[in-house]
Order: sequence, then C-alpha cells, then structure tokens
Amino acid sequence: MNNQARISKVKIATCSLAGCFGCHTSLLDIDERLFDLLGMVEFDRSPFTDIKHCGPCDIGIVEGGVSNAENARVLREFRDNCKVLVAIGPCAITGNVPALRNNIDLWDCFQEVYLYDPGTEGNQIPNDPELPLPFDKVYPIYEVVKVDYFLNGCPPSPDAIWNFLTDLIEGRKPEIDYKLLRYD
Amino acid sequence: MNKAITIDGKTLPFEDGQTIMDAALTAGVYIPRLCHNPELKPHGSCKLCVVNANGRNVTSCTMPASDGMVVTNNTPELNEDRKALVQMLFVEGNHICPACEASGNCQLQAAGYYLRMESPHFTHFYPPRRVDASHPDIFLDLNRCILCELCVRASRDIDKKNVFGISGRGIDSHLVVNSESGRLGDTNMAVTDKAAHICPTGAILIKRKGYTIPIGKRTFDQKTLSEFHLGQVKQPEPDGE
Amino acid sequence: MPPENFSNIEQQVASLCEAHDCEPHRLLQILIQVQEIYRFIPPEAITSIARHLNLPRVSVEGAAGFYSFLSLEPAGNYRVLFSDNVTDQMVGNQELMRQFCSKLWLEPGKVSEDRLVSAAFTSCTGMCDHGPAALVNGQPLTNLTSDRIDLIADLILGKSPVSNWPSALFEVNDNIRKTGMLLDKPFVSGNAIGAVLARGPDATLAEIKLSRLRGRGGAGYATAEKWTGCRNAPGSMRYIVCNADEGEPGTFKDRVLLNSYADLVFEGMTVGARLLGCAKGLLYLRGEYLFLLEKLEGILKRRREDGLLGHNIFGETGFDFDIEIHVGAGAYICGEESALIESLEGKRGRPRNRPPYPATHGYLDQPTVVNNVETFACAAIIAFRGGKWFGKIGTWQSSGSKILSISGDCARPGIYEYPFGTSVQEILDDCGVDEAYAVQVGGPSGVLISWKELDRRISFEDLPTAGAFTIFKRGRDILQAVRNYADFFAHESCGFCTPCRVGTQLQKKIVDKIANGHGTASDLEELKHLGHLMKTMSHCGLGHTAPNPVLDMLEKFPGAYEQKLRNLSFEPAFDLDAALETARRITGRDDPAAHLP
Ligand SMILES: Cc1cc2nc3c(=O)[nH]c(=O)nc-3n(C[C@H](O)[C@H](O)[C@H](O)COP(=O)(O)O)c2cc1C
Ligand code: SF4
Ligand code: SF4
Ligand code: SF4
Ligand code: FES
Repeated sequence: MNNQARISKVKIATCSLAGCFGCHTSLLDIDERLFDLLGMVEFDRSPFTDIKHCGPCDIGIVEGGVSNAENARVLREFRDNCKVLVAIGPCAITGNVPALRNNIDLWDCFQEVYLYDPGTEGNQIPNDPELPLPFDKVYPIYEVVKVDYFLNGCPPSPDAIWNFLTDLIEGRKPEIDYKLLRYD
Repeated sequence: MNKAITIDGKTLPFEDGQTIMDAALTAGVYIPRLCHNPELKPHGSCKLCVVNANGRNVTSCTMPASDGMVVTNNTPELNEDRKALVQMLFVEGNHICPACEASGNCQLQAAGYYLRMESPHFTHFYPPRRVDASHPDIFLDLNRCILCELCVRASRDIDKKNVFGISGRGIDSHLVVNSESGRLGDTNMAVTDKAAHICPTGAILIKRKGYTIPIGKRTFDQKTLSEFHLGQVKQPEPDGE
Repeated sequence: MPPENFSNIEQQVASLCEAHDCEPHRLLQILIQVQEIYRFIPPEAITSIARHLNLPRVSVEGAAGFYSFLSLEPAGNYRVLFSDNVTDQMVGNQELMRQFCSKLWLEPGKVSEDRLVSAAFTSCTGMCDHGPAALVNGQPLTNLTSDRIDLIADLILGKSPVSNWPSALFEVNDNIRKTGMLLDKPFVSGNAIGAVLARGPDATLAEIKLSRLRGRGGAGYATAEKWTGCRNAPGSMRYIVCNADEGEPGTFKDRVLLNSYADLVFEGMTVGARLLGCAKGLLYLRGEYLFLLEKLEGILKRRREDGLLGHNIFGETGFDFDIEIHVGAGAYICGEESALIESLEGKRGRPRNRPPYPATHGYLDQPTVVNNVETFACAAIIAFRGGKWFGKIGTWQSSGSKILSISGDCARPGIYEYPFGTSVQEILDDCGVDEAYAVQVGGPSGVLISWKELDRRISFEDLPTAGAFTIFKRGRDILQAVRNYADFFAHESCGFCTPCRVGTQLQKKIVDKIANGHGTASDLEELKHLGHLMKTMSHCGLGHTAPNPVLDMLEKFPGAYEQKLRNLSFEPAFDLDAALETARRITGRDDPAAHLP
C-alpha cells in the first residue's frame, strides 16, 4: 500500500458507553470483510486500539446510552472530534435495557448495589472521584449531542453494519434496507 | 351509477356508510393505521390514518366516504408526519423492544419499520407506568400502552365485559381495569376474551406464550405492516353496544 | 367543615344517586357532590355509583379521573387552587402561592399531612379583572394580596368554615365599562318570547337569518343555518344547549352576562326552543362559576313562576320548555361542543368524531343546537327588535356587537361592548393603555398581535375573537406569556389523539428550555415542526390552535427569544449537571469529576 492510500484512509473512532459491547462484537462479526474494512479505515480511539482520547476523525461510532458523567464526557469528545457521529444499537438510540432503571429511584439503585447485595454487608456507598457518577436517568445519545446517523438492531446484524459503513466510507448517505431495520 | 372516491389517482367504489378506510381496505389500498381494526367500531385517536380529502386533512378510519372525494394518501409529506406520530408514541411510553416479548409481532414497531423510523427523535418522557401480573393468564404492561383503546372496545363490544377503560386526562391518560383494587386479576377477564388478543403492542400479553414463536419467525419478520393489515378482513359487525 | 365520616359511603352515595334518579347522564353532577362531601372521590364511592347507575366501574373511574376539580386522592378539607392565567402571573400569583405554601408548610400540589389543606395551580378561573384570583373549595377568591393570603392561611389554620369567611374575599364585580346594543338597556323579560309568538317561528328564524348573526363562541358559524339544520333533522327530541364553559384564558364576559343579563340569555334559549320545537334546554356552567349557580337557579324558578318557562309558556298551548343547569368540573376541552355534549351525558369530555354533527346527532344522539351565552343574548334581542335593526350595526360579514373581556396592562380592565369592526387602537385608548406592545386577541387559541398591528379590527374577517383581549405593555416578557399558554394547552389537552397529547407536552418542554436559556436555532425548527403536526393531524380545535401563541411569537416577536438562544447548533434536552445532583447528594461527592459544566 503506498503512502497516498494511507493518507486517504478514513479515520474512525468507536466507543461503548452504557452498552454491552454487543454492537462492537457484531462489528467484528463481519468476518473476512474485516480485512476489506481495515484496508479502507484507520481506527482512532476504540476498544480495538489503546488510544485513550479521540483525535480528529471522519466517523465516530457510539454504542450505548449516557448513564454517567464519564459517558457524557466521552460522548462530547466524540462529537467535538468526529465529522460524522453514528449512534449504533438501541442503547445509544433509546437508552434500551440500561434505561430500565429510569423509573427506579437512584437512591434505591445505590442501596441495592452497595448495601443490600449479599456480600456487601458493612459496605458504604463509595465516594471515590475515580468512579463515574451516574445521572438520574440513562439517556439516548441524541438527547445529549447532535447525532448524524442511527444504525438500529440489538445488535445490528453484521450485514447491516457492513452496508452502513461502506456507504459512509464511500461518501454516500447510508440507506438501510427495509429487512435490516430492526429495533430488537 | 356507483359511488366512488379516488385515492392517489386510483378510483375506488364504495357503499353508503363506508369510511375512506373501509373503501381503501376493500380495494386493497393501504392506509397506515394503529388504532383501527376492521372488526371493531372506528375510534380515530392514533391519527396515523390521516389523509387529505378534497384539500383538507381528515381521519380516514372515521370519515365517511362521499362521492367524488379526491384523496391523497401515500405521499412523502403524509408519511413523514405519520412517522413523527409513531415517534411520539415511542417517546411517550417506555419501549424497550429488545426486552419485549411482543417484538416482531408488534404493530407499533412494524409501523416504525414501515415508515422508516430510524430513531424516536423526540425527547423521551420515561413515564412511570404500572405493570400488573395479578391475572393468572394475562400480563398487563402499561409501559407499552399506546391508548388505542382496541382492548376497551373489544371487551365492551365483543366480550360484553367492559374490563378496560381510560382514566386520567392529557398525558396522564391511562388504561384502567374494572375492579376496585385496580388489578386485572380481580376482573372477570378470561384468556379466551377477544380483548386478550387484540393489543397491537406488548401491553397485553398472554403468559407462558412469549417465546413459542422464535424471533426471526414472527409476524413482521415475514411481512410488512401493510401486508399484515391488508390481510385483516372485516368480520360481521358486532351488534350495537 | 369536617369531612363526612367514611363508614356511611354506601348510604350517602345511594341517596345521592337516587336524588338524581340513578340517571347515568347525571354522573358528573353526582361525582361533583361526592367530591364536595369527602373532598375527594373515594374508590368505594366509585364502585357504589357504578352499581347504582348501572354503569361499568371503569366508566365512572374514567369520568372521575378526567376533570381536574375531581380528585381521586384526598385533597384536603380546604383545597386552594390559584388561577394561573398570564394576567394572574402579571400581578404576582406565583409569589402569593409561595407565601401561602410556606405559611402552611405545604408543598404545591400535595395535601398537608393532616389532610387539612392543599394548594395547586389551575387554569384561568375567569377573574382576569380581579386578579390574582383563586378558588377555595370551588368558591372564587379575588383581588388577592399578601395580607389576604395571611388572613386566608389563618382562617384555614383556625378551621373556619369557608361560608364564614369575610365576604370581601369573595367579591366579584361586573366591571362593565362600555355598553352597546346588548348591554345598553335593561331587558324586559318576556318581550322576545312575546314577539316570537306574535310573529311565528318561521318568520322569527327569517329575522335571525336577516340579522346575519354568527356564533360568539369562536368559530363564527351562522346561527340561522345551525338552527335550521337542527330543526330539519329527524329526531324524537331536540335539545338546545347554552355553552357557558368559558374556558378560554382571558375571557370572562359570559360570567358577567350570566350574573347580570341571565334573563336575556334564558330568553334567547327559549326563543330558540320555539323555533326548533324543542322541549329541553341545558346550560353547561363551567365549574369555576359555581358561585353563580344558586342565583341562576333562582332566576329559572322565577321565570317558571312568571310563565316564561315550563308548560304553556306565555299562555301558548303546547309551548313547553325548561332549562336544566349542568356544572362542569375544570376542563377547558368541555367548551368544545361535542366534548361538552359528552360531558353533559356524564362522560369524559372527549371530542366526538364528526360527522355526524350535533345538529343531527347531539345530546343523547338527538338533534342539538349548541351556542355560546352571548349568541343566545343576541338571538333574544333580534327576536325582539328584528334582524334589520341588528344587521345595521357592525360590518357586513360581522353584524352586531362583540363583548370583550379586557385585562392585562390597562388602567380599566373589564367588560366592553363594541360594534364589530372597531380597531384595536380605539379599544386600547378606551381602556387606558399608553404603550401597547402586544395583545392576545381571542385568548391563546386566538391571535397574538404586535404593536405594529393595532389598526386591525375586531371582526370575523380580520381578528375573530370569542372575547378575550389581554394587553401586554412594552417591557413585558412575551416569552413568559407564551410559556404560560404552552403550559395551559399541555394541561388541558384531553389526551385522546396522539399529536395533541404528546405534541403539547413536547412544545411545553421546548419553550421551557428556551426560557431557561438552553434553546438553540434547532429548537425553533422543532417548534415549527410540532406546530405543523398539531395543526394538521389533531382531532379537534384544541390541538389545531395549541401552537398558535408559539408560532405567533416566532413570527412577530423575535426579540422575545433571540437573546435567550445559545449560539450553538445543539444543546442537550436537559441540564446535564443538574441530572447529576441526586448522585452527588447520595455519594456526598463534589469533586470536579462529579460536575459537568
Ligand atoms: C377547545 C375548545 C374550547 C371551546 N370553548 C368554548 C367555550 O368555552 N364557549 C363557547 O361558547 N364555545 C367554545 N368553543 C366553541 C364551541 O365548540 C362551539 O363552536 C360554540 O359553542 C358554538 O357556539 P356559537 O355558534 O354560538 O359560537 C370551544 C371550542 C374548542 C375547540
Ligand atoms: S410494545 Fe412494541 S414497540 Fe414497544 S417495546 Fe414492545 S415491541 Fe417494542
Ligand atoms: S393495552 Fe393495548 S389494546 Fe389496550 S389501549 Fe393499550 S395499546 Fe391499546
Ligand atoms: S386535539 Fe387535543 S383536545 Fe382535541 S381530541 Fe386531540 S388530544 Fe383531545
Ligand atoms: S387508524 Fe385512524 S386514527 Fe388510528
């Protein structure tokens, strides 16, 4: 591969906020097309690399909703640095399963996790600044930053991801085939 | 001469007493809908079926057809507005499709697919809503209720039981059941009732039946909402209230 | 005023229902009485009413849950509802509410622990010329001040029955400032009926047609046409309904008509009855005007005694007609005629699907005419003085006069009657306004006009109005007013159809966001999008008009919101840092990572 091609590679960053890495796993499930993908793109911050902060990118792909302050910081960093921001999977798009806690009092959640669980006797609610502080609710990412594209499916099928990414990389507006549009 | 309307340029005959929706259904023309079921009296609340008739927006499931009416239905503008209504229904409730037994059989979800809804777009309400597992055979999850009142009508007009009703007002409108305790288990609802099988979403579910048909083989894995709705045939009118 | 003892609910309810002949369409009236007795609707009462009226329990619960003056939870022996019209806000109702709550250790919207008292806001109570106003157990408190709030709090703490409170607290005046063809001369009862009997029904209907009278309730439908439609519709019975729901914020002219011109209104209904050949009249009185009920019942009684109601009216054999008053319970939507009919039938106030229209299928499915209070007053005058006389006043498309309820920033708020076609400027001059900035004509569902439009004229062809005329002087925050109106629609949507039920809430959230300084240009686009959806997809007039104030502001008052907008393309829908507050409290953290700027 010559230098020219390297420079024109599309830069992609990905992250998982309040999600389960299922969407990332599905991305890896595009199997041998992964090689084609790596020929076209270069990963910036992503669970696939150890880059800690997102630099200027063409595409940012966000899995998971916004559950805590850390999620919000990462999401803002992505929005600030990525030309195009994609919400992947229902957690990013609606809050999804993590948002089941949205109608449970935060105090009850804390007690359940830190005080009542077997094996946590005598524990206290931690106040370590290293721990991400949770919001009252879990939010879809489009309620926190502007999102350009949504890729549905829990997780989106490898085919849906592949079609979507190739469209984006080749500069087309991604068209999601009817059969690949799924909320579950 | 027979009476007729046109929908998107196509001429459809109708009989007196038929609504625009009836005429369309008879002719196999699809108008999106959620709160209408040809087996029950029209209701007109979801507004997905709004069409433009002679220059004015009307609710096609309740508006009587009249001779010479010129209707537009399948336009990008109307479908955009319909999509926005579906988005409103999504954010107003708590719809977590991946965790819902109805996923794949749900008409709200299928309406989202049909109208190409990619995100709920609006701000989520995350309202606190009730779940009622008191009935031995039926599960009621108001997180997924879209207030279509199909269950209300089915129980009232077909089952003759009045198990369901609507209370509250505005955004606080909610389904109630016919018992002082407010529990479905304390009503005379039976799993054989029409009302137990008419909910377009996962708000009324039959217990122990959730996963008998696997994901991938469910209704809307096989067909679109349009194909499904056009396949629903009109049953003989239930005799008056 | 201790709440009744709860052990005898069954007995109490049984006798209440019997007093109403166990008629299902008296359900709302029964529920209102249950609320008065227990200060809420106990679940046992719902079950018992359902049994006595032979209704499904869900129907009773559904009706009880619909009206904001009925409460399914205990609301205290004293329930204080502060009127929250924009005119109440202008004169400080928010501070008074805070004062009241802190004096009584109350949380707004919640009942005190001892169940003594609760306080909340309610939509405009029709006392815009007497603000700040409130209701205590349904009775209007007017011209509230900080001293009065202290006094009221003390009366409540002393458990003094509301009927013993100083009458000055409840004073309601007509404030009639300018009279015209309707309000000028005292009307002699029976004159219009006599004229109809002399002229005959057909000729009288022709006079009404000649007068070109159009409905005064908002839509401006030709009255003669409506009455003819009803008259020609087949039916075993015909009903004539007077719409005194007057829920449009800023409107209070029907209050004054009923307080001081009730004979004229009842006479108009009787005239209508003669023309339609109908034997039953209903007046739907908004719950906020409960204080007028006794007086109105007294007038009806007197009219019966005088042979102006009842059998063989005016000695005419077979001319039978009577009027029954139904009371509402806090629901703006019940002013919409088909929702009003549902409410008269004892149900939730949910607008019907139309067609069929009330003229053919109205109350109890019979041909029904619904008209505004003022329309009936006009009909009575026309019957007496003739259509030609009436048609000479006003403009060709808008004949006669219009009674305006004027409030807000003016020296002399009150009732003004003008010939149609009068300019806004002339009205502003009369009521004492120096520098008008904006006028909300016709209430939030009407038109918000700016200082550039003061030459516009009150008329169906230019500025139609049901009567509200709310003035904002220069310096008033139009965004705050629009926010109040957005709240109003969100609170009053009946919830039947998707675009209005959800759209009014989303609209309110975005207006709040802008008012709180978090709005962006994309929020303005979203407001227009929502406005389009509500206007084109909603089921009834409430949804169709709910975006009006917002859209008018966007178009005419950019200064009201532009400075508040963030110069960003996007802002979150919520305050991120505030959404961390609960967790900060629980963990006791306040480190930098526990905040989001
Ligand atoms: C949301 C809504 C509220 C209304 N409120 C009133 C009202 O309080 N009083 C009234 O006379 N008309 C009201 N109307 C208009 C009535 O539906 C109806 O048009 C009117 O009562 C007819 O009387 P008119 O022909 O004499 O004007 C309202 C309409 C809507 C859509
Ligand atoms: S009811 Fe339908 S839309 Fe709602 S969660 Fe279930 S499948 Fe999804
Ligand atoms: S429970 Fe189902 S059928 Fe009943 S109103 Fe709700 S969504 Fe409609
Ligand atoms: S537009 Fe609003 S008030 Fe009218 S029916 Fe719909 S929800 Fe009810
Ligand atoms: S299908 Fe017609 S309004 Fe719902």
